[in-house]
Amino acid sequence: MLQDKDRIFTNLYGFESFSLDAAKKRGDWDKTKDLIFKGKEWIIEEMKASGLRGRGGAGFPTGMKWSFMPKENTGKPHYLVINADESEPGTCKDREIMRHDPHKLIEGALIASFAMGAHHAYIYIRGEFYDEASNLYKAILEAREAGLLGKNAAGSGWDFDITLHRGGGAYICGEETALLESLEGKKGQPRNKPPFPAMAGLYSCPTTINNVETIAVVPTILRRGGSWFAGFGGDEKNTGTKLFCISGHVEQPCVVEEEMGITLKELLEKHAGGVRGGWDNLKAVIPGGSSTPMLPKAICDTQIMDFDNLRSAGSGLGTAGVIVMDKSTDVIYAIARLSHFYMHESCGQCTPCREGTGWLWRVMTRMVKGDATIEEIDMLWDVSKEIEGHTICAHGDASAWPIQGLIRHFRPEMEARIIEYRKQAAA
Amino acid sequence: MKKKFDLNAPYQPKDFKFKGKKKVEEIIARYPKGRQQSAVMPLLDLAQREVGADGLKLNPPVGGWIPRAAMDHIAEVLDMPAMRVYEVASFYSMYNMEPVGKYLLQVCTTTPCWLCRSDDIMKAVKDTTGLSHNYETTKDGYFTLIEVECLGACTNAPMVQINDDFYEDLTYDRMVEILKSLQNDEIPEKGPQNGRLNAMAKGGPTSLEEQAKKAGISAA
Repeated sequence: MLQDKDRIFTNLYGFESFSLDAAKKRGDWDKTKDLIFKGKEWIIEEMKASGLRGRGGAGFPTGMKWSFMPKENTGKPHYLVINADESEPGTCKDREIMRHDPHKLIEGALIASFAMGAHHAYIYIRGEFYDEASNLYKAILEAREAGLLGKNAAGSGWDFDITLHRGGGAYICGEETALLESLEGKKGQPRNKPPFPAMAGLYSCPTTINNVETIAVVPTILRRGGSWFAGFGGDEKNTGTKLFCISGHVEQPCVVEEEMGITLKELLEKHAGGVRGGWDNLKAVIPGGSSTPMLPKAICDTQIMDFDNLRSAGSGLGTAGVIVMDKSTDVIYAIARLSHFYMHESCGQCTPCREGTGWLWRVMTRMVKGDATIEEIDMLWDVSKEIEGHTICAHGDASAWPIQGLIRHFRPEMEARIIEYRKQAAA
Repeated sequence: MKKKFDLNAPYQPKDFKFKGKKKVEEIIARYPKGRQQSAVMPLLDLAQREVGADGLKLNPPVGGWIPRAAMDHIAEVLDMPAMRVYEVASFYSMYNMEPVGKYLLQVCTTTPCWLCRSDDIMKAVKDTTGLSHNYETTKDGYFTLIEVECLGACTNAPMVQINDDFYEDLTYDRMVEILKSLQNDEIPEKGPQNGRLNAMAKGGPTSLEEQAKKAGISAA
């Protein structure tokens, strides 16, 4: 278990003020310029050594992502865009960073931007996060006032500033290219790749998009060393500490920072007061936000919470939004409700997703009642496979995976409901 | 999901102008020269807030929404086709395309909230206000109901957003109390409604022991 001395987010619950003074006492902005003086290569190498993988869901190695930015001057400005459009059901970690520890994010933005040759960063925060945006905005003003942003930011010799941009309530804008479209003042519809954002992103300029948590851990990693961060976690591909958001049927839901590779059982029992009614009352867990397929209790018993172990179990770490369901849960409805979510949030650009998400929801609604045939479960599976991988962005995949997880692990329950419905209808 | 809206409805006001130039110019200046279209979302938000501020003086009161005249004005200010502004305004869920009540009740019913009995919260809203479907407004202009998707406060489920504020860790009874306070224009304190601090475990923190002690909070 992670010890307090190794926790990065020491103001996670808002015990103290988010202001610059309090943040400095917590160790933020401590000789930031010295980190920058060590140079771009050093920063990127340390990030690679830390093994940090993107905390927004996909888990792409951060150091490598940064190294994709053009090294030579292309005559175009470079941008860092921070994805704060936290909307994945089950996920509420970036919110805690932005409202209680915004200076970690701002300092991280400066260092990351320097490493990628960017003089300007945009933070795209979901519109509903009003207080979070307000705290973050105040922190940006404080930093500007104190010379930590602006010309010669923090005495580093690097000119840097941040623009905070509030979204308008669209899940799809968490997809990086949809986010860029939205930032350019358009509908949030994802772009085809290539070109990748590192070549042509915001305003067609080289751009890197990183999650809030990814950027906010950067200053601590550089101060304590990539090897310190890499010392946590089960193996060299799954390192560091991670914010977990625990929701649903636990005694005490909470957000907590833990070591990558903690077991699911320990995570829930140590930090969330355990499953409501005890571990044996567990039915299933969605381990990484709504898009990741659910896992039944038998797998949860021994499941390790990291990228690769969850992938081997047929799911994913995603955003580490852990949604717990006890035995009282109608898992078919739980997934049908997610199908409604994906239908509602489809941007409408690609036919398989636009039409498919609605179709999935309509069939799932019948599955909840049992008003279906057994063969339709197979059809549901087939159609979900036709959506997956056939769209511009991963929204189609994300709509398919929860249903695939349900069929994989709870098919007998779906069949029983159909049989029961037919019995009743016949009577 | 695209919203339906009526640009020629009788409730559409003829004119809209931003109240001052300064705020508009400050917003446009956040983005590079020639990229002023990026300001369309913050300007829609500003328009909605200005319409809402004026609307509260009316009887019955009207909350923030975006009239066609505001979109046309924004198109002019940003030198972009009006259709592009309509497109953006109708794409994002937070821009209200028709008048709403003084208190916009956004009830989250996505799976994490549903697991924590968001059905009770929806019932409390319906029982207390008499509203039954999305974008319906009470006759006194106080409440508009929308069932929304995940608002990103899942460890504090179930929750609703009322105008800008999150009300979290709700129960049926507490939701009824909140609505009754609002009916009297008393704004209850936002955040968790069950006495816990933010996203910390209710029984006390399971980490950050020293920090908790310093803040005078006993650990679990």
